Amino acid sequence: MISQWDSIADTADQVLTGQVSATELVQRSLSTIADKQEYNAVIATIAERANERAKEIDTRVAAGEEVGRLAGVPFVAKDNFLAFGAETTAASNILKGFDAPYQATAIERLEAEGAICVAKANLDAFAHGSSTENSDFMTTSNPHDKNKVPGGSSGGSAASVILDMAPFALGTDTGGSIRLPASFCGAVGYKPTYGLVSRSGVVAMASSTDVIGPLTRTVEDAAIVMDVIAGRDPLDSTTIDRDEVSYTSLPNNLAGQKIGIIKEYMTDGLEQAVRDRINESVEKLRTAGAELVEVSLPSIELALACYYIIMPAEVSSNLSRYDGQRYGFSHPEAATLDQSYNWSRSEGFGNEAKRRIMIGTYVLSSGYYDAYYNKAQKLRTRLIDEFNSAFSRVDFLLGPTAPTTAFDIGANIEDPLQMYLTDIMTVAANLVGIPGISIPAGQAGGMPVGLQLLAPQRKDRELLGLASETEKILV
Amino acid sequence: MVELTNEDVLKLARLARLRLNDDECGVFKKEISSILGYVEQLDKVDLKDVVPTYQVTGLTNVTRPDTEIDYGASTKELLKNAPALENNQIKVKRMLDR
Repeated sequence: MISQWDSIADTADQVLTGQVSATELVQRSLSTIADKQEYNAVIATIAERANERAKEIDTRVAAGEEVGRLAGVPFVAKDNFLAFGAETTAASNILKGFDAPYQATAIERLEAEGAICVAKANLDAFAHGSSTENSDFMTTSNPHDKNKVPGGSSGGSAASVILDMAPFALGTDTGGSIRLPASFCGAVGYKPTYGLVSRSGVVAMASSTDVIGPLTRTVEDAAIVMDVIAGRDPLDSTTIDRDEVSYTSLPNNLAGQKIGIIKEYMTDGLEQAVRDRINESVEKLRTAGAELVEVSLPSIELALACYYIIMPAEVSSNLSRYDGQRYGFSHPEAATLDQSYNWSRSEGFGNEAKRRIMIGTYVLSSGYYDAYYNKAQKLRTRLIDEFNSAFSRVDFLLGPTAPTTAFDIGANIEDPLQMYLTDIMTVAANLVGIPGISIPAGQAGGMPVGLQLLAPQRKDRELLGLASETEKILV
Repeated sequence: MVELTNEDVLKLARLARLRLNDDECGVFKKEISSILGYVEQLDKVDLKDVVPTYQVTGLTNVTRPDTEIDYGASTKELLKNAPALENNQIKVKRMLDR
């Protein structure tokens, strides 16, 4: 597919040199969104504010003022980012109508470099899901086949990029929510090291694994977005120091790189055509001079079970703030405080949020805490040890992003456990806090396959470098 | 294998401030039991002497200077999403009986 967008760096350059105006770029973005409305990728556009900002940027460019390295570049934000100019709903009924009083740090940093947020993307409500079918509003279609899901929870973000609505989109990844939709839609999806990007102003899901990252067409585009949004933020105490070297200055050698193929990800559960694409990628990397060896991480098979204890525990805590009192849906007929809590939450939350809240409440309740939550946190230590041991032998790890390609809309919706299994190859990176990326590795039955690459914590620049070189030999 | 009862599910709902009808209770009972059954895989591993990890990047006690941060938002802006206001304060239901 030929994109109507040049690389992010080139697009900004064209704005700065007057070859194209920011206003034209915003118009191009908004008209593509309108043309492709039937995919339900976007919940709302931010047309008025985007046009105003574009005009301002064009004026500043004409006056020769400093505008920034993303001058005039439109982008789409997942609707769990607080942003001005449209509601922030997290695709949930309980936040419908929420008008953000401040913006997410990531949005602020992008705007400070001249980027323009044009729309809010659909997601599974509160980012709870792997298909966008849990959105309280609508299901997004896969750009390659309207009857299939785009993956989730950042499904609208991934679809918007592949539908050419904007050069990039922001997503969040708690258990695979950037990488999975990237894999299903044929985009690049980057999950940074835990804490590398501030989560201030992003609707919290599971705070010990939530990260923010870009969905793009190329690794180079992901790197420039990362370079703008990465780094410490006083508004998010979990943020870590960024690399001193720019994330756009990427190491570019494949020769001699030691890459471990995760043995447990290449087993029977993997769809044959997906396995074929991954094996072909491995062969291409070998031909390019990389050294590939099989690596075993025995506890990785338990990562999903571990995740489905820790995540709902944190979800139940984070979603307790939606109580109908300070913001969000408040039941108009409630007479007492208890009724107000109960009725507002019962009507405002969808079934998936309720299910996770109750599971979280169960695993955290006295008497079960040690059997579930504490045990899961111990398994997390075991996983970290196994990853550390693997990374003492190899520089990177490799595997598929998902065991299948995109499934049919409706196929897993009646069986939550089956839906949860979609995340089986992505959750481990979240539990151990390491960076991961999904890049397109060809197709199977006309649907995209994603190759997942993982690196040790804080090796984000190295991982982007490897992915960028790998991308070149895969296409 | 965990088999939750209707009473278990209703108790969870009560603790989480959720109201369920009979149909919802039945569906959640089945689904939550099946998910808890799945996560029981962890019982297969011996983790007795393993120390739990709650924070993965090793940060402890991160503080910032105790100074004002200007979000650039007025009181009115910050209160605009509240369901009910009175005298620039969020109005909530009575918590204690008279």
